Amino acid sequence: MSVASTRSEVRPAVLFEALSLWPGVLAAGVAWEATAALTLLWPDLEEWVHTGTLAVLQAVLGAAFIVAAVAGPYLGGAVARLRPAAPWLIALAGLAALWQALTAKLMWLPLPFFAPPQALLEAYIDDWARLIDCTVNSVGLLVTGYLVGAFTGFLVGVALGWSRTAAYWGHPVLRLIGPMPATAWLPVAFFAFPSSWSASVFLIALASGTPVAVLTWSGVSAVNSAYYDIARTLGANQRFLVRKVAIPAAMPHVFVGLFMGLCSSFAVLVVAEMLGVKSGLGWYLQWAQGWAAYANMYAALVVMALVCSGLVLLLFLARDRLLAWQKGLVRW
Amino acid sequence: MVVLARRIDREADLAPGMELAVRTVSHHFELHGEDLPVLEEVDFRVTPGEFVALLGPSGCGKSTLLRLVAGLEPPRAGELLADGAPIAGPDPSRVVVFQDPTLYPWLTVWDNVALGLEARGLLKTHRGRVDEALRLVGLSGFDKALPQQLSGGMAQRVALARALVNDPRLLILDEPLGKLDSMTRLAMQSELVRLWHTAGYTALLVTHDVEEALFLATRVIVFSERPARIKADVTVDRPYPRHRGDPRLVELRRHLLELLGLAATW
Repeated sequence: MSVASTRSEVRPAVLFEALSLWPGVLAAGVAWEATAALTLLWPDLEEWVHTGTLAVLQAVLGAAFIVAAVAGPYLGGAVARLRPAAPWLIALAGLAALWQALTAKLMWLPLPFFAPPQALLEAYIDDWARLIDCTVNSVGLLVTGYLVGAFTGFLVGVALGWSRTAAYWGHPVLRLIGPMPATAWLPVAFFAFPSSWSASVFLIALASGTPVAVLTWSGVSAVNSAYYDIARTLGANQRFLVRKVAIPAAMPHVFVGLFMGLCSSFAVLVVAEMLGVKSGLGWYLQWAQGWAAYANMYAALVVMALVCSGLVLLLFLARDRLLAWQKGLVRW
Repeated sequence: MVVLARRIDREADLAPGMELAVRTVSHHFELHGEDLPVLEEVDFRVTPGEFVALLGPSGCGKSTLLRLVAGLEPPRAGELLADGAPIAGPDPSRVVVFQDPTLYPWLTVWDNVALGLEARGLLKTHRGRVDEALRLVGLSGFDKALPQQLSGGMAQRVALARALVNDPRLLILDEPLGKLDSMTRLAMQSELVRLWHTAGYTALLVTHDVEEALFLATRVIVFSERPARIKADVTVDRPYPRHRGDPRLVELRRHLLELLGLAATW
């Protein structure tokens, strides 16, 4: 009985298998084609320049999924990653259609606060140069501040964890300044530093350096003392103990600190750009809101989300490489 | 001529055993501001090439004595001499293997074994020694494995190789087989004897396993409850390889259990 029912459930999958298709990816392709049709065929209540362009893009996306569904089984490789993502791709097609319907088609959500997707597309098409410029400036500022902060924080953390003298003098300072949000230094930083850019680098470095210092410190102090005993009997000097024992053993903690520091550096970046720096995504957000260009604001928000999550992804990739020994998945 | 050639050969390949003198050593622990005596006037000598087992109840202070011999801590009173010179700190000629293998989890097996040579700046010229040490403990081919991929017995072998790669003149073994399952343990005991025989170092073993002490050591020093004092110094006058059922060892075993106050279990 149960065998029979299992079989009848399995049958469509078997059919797709025989046809060598990825049914989920195919469904995603069809869903995006449907969204494209909705965008194109359902008239807008107001005039939007790029409704057609958007429909074409959605149709191209859908077509790409359909091609992948058919050719994917023969191509394999990176295309295969689409398969587990299929439910998300379908849901995104639905969301795009809903967004389209609620804004441009029905206008149930009030303009200009809720921009339709074609307005975002328009913002990218008309203002891409400025957006790229802002993104480059933001990333440049963030990476500079973050690297300065992470490096300094790491050195401070190792010193605090290793040297009693450093811990004696450094601990109270870190305890007093550490919990304070870096943005509180903003007014001081903007007049104490020669430029708003250098002030922002300082603030981002402070925001990212503090958690790195604290976590590195705790990582170094938490190292199993037997690791030191062994290395000492094997002939290690202090320098070797720090470089080859303390630091590698503390790396899991250090990465937690690097992650926390990266997250708080985003917050400081946006605030600094909104208040002082004359370029960058934070500045763009402020500027777009000032002109009531809400579509541009959303466009910048999307870029910002991609940039932030991309940087976190990079950090995690670096961690997975460096801390591969923590997992049981290493091939050798 | 022949003698000279052998000597040079010996110096090139193997370090001869170290002579160790423990002279009326006493030591304390500080616990909640109070002094807790752990060693009381411990006094013994180990001649080069001997295999001495320190036997005593759990927590009596044997491991503390090993830390002093390794130079990881200075004693409160008395002195320790290695080849007549006072032990002032750790030295690669006196290497410890702990109960826990304590391999560095971020290093491969090969890099773990190579650590001592790397720390002393000898790795470039002595890379072959690492492979040799791994071969000696039967782990050739595991170079690139990570410690967490090893079983307890294999990990302890790596720890042993990491010690042996330095050509120690005194190998300090702090219950190195204490956490292994009984079968691995018996196999490793034979290996310890074999390695000691081939390398010729002096060995100092802490254990609370009477049978292990008798199977491995040329001499067994029995300690009292904490604070540890020497209760007896028993020579095990049997050749190697030994057999666990040897009547003389059985007799000694009863004697040692008596000394430990466990005669009733026999």
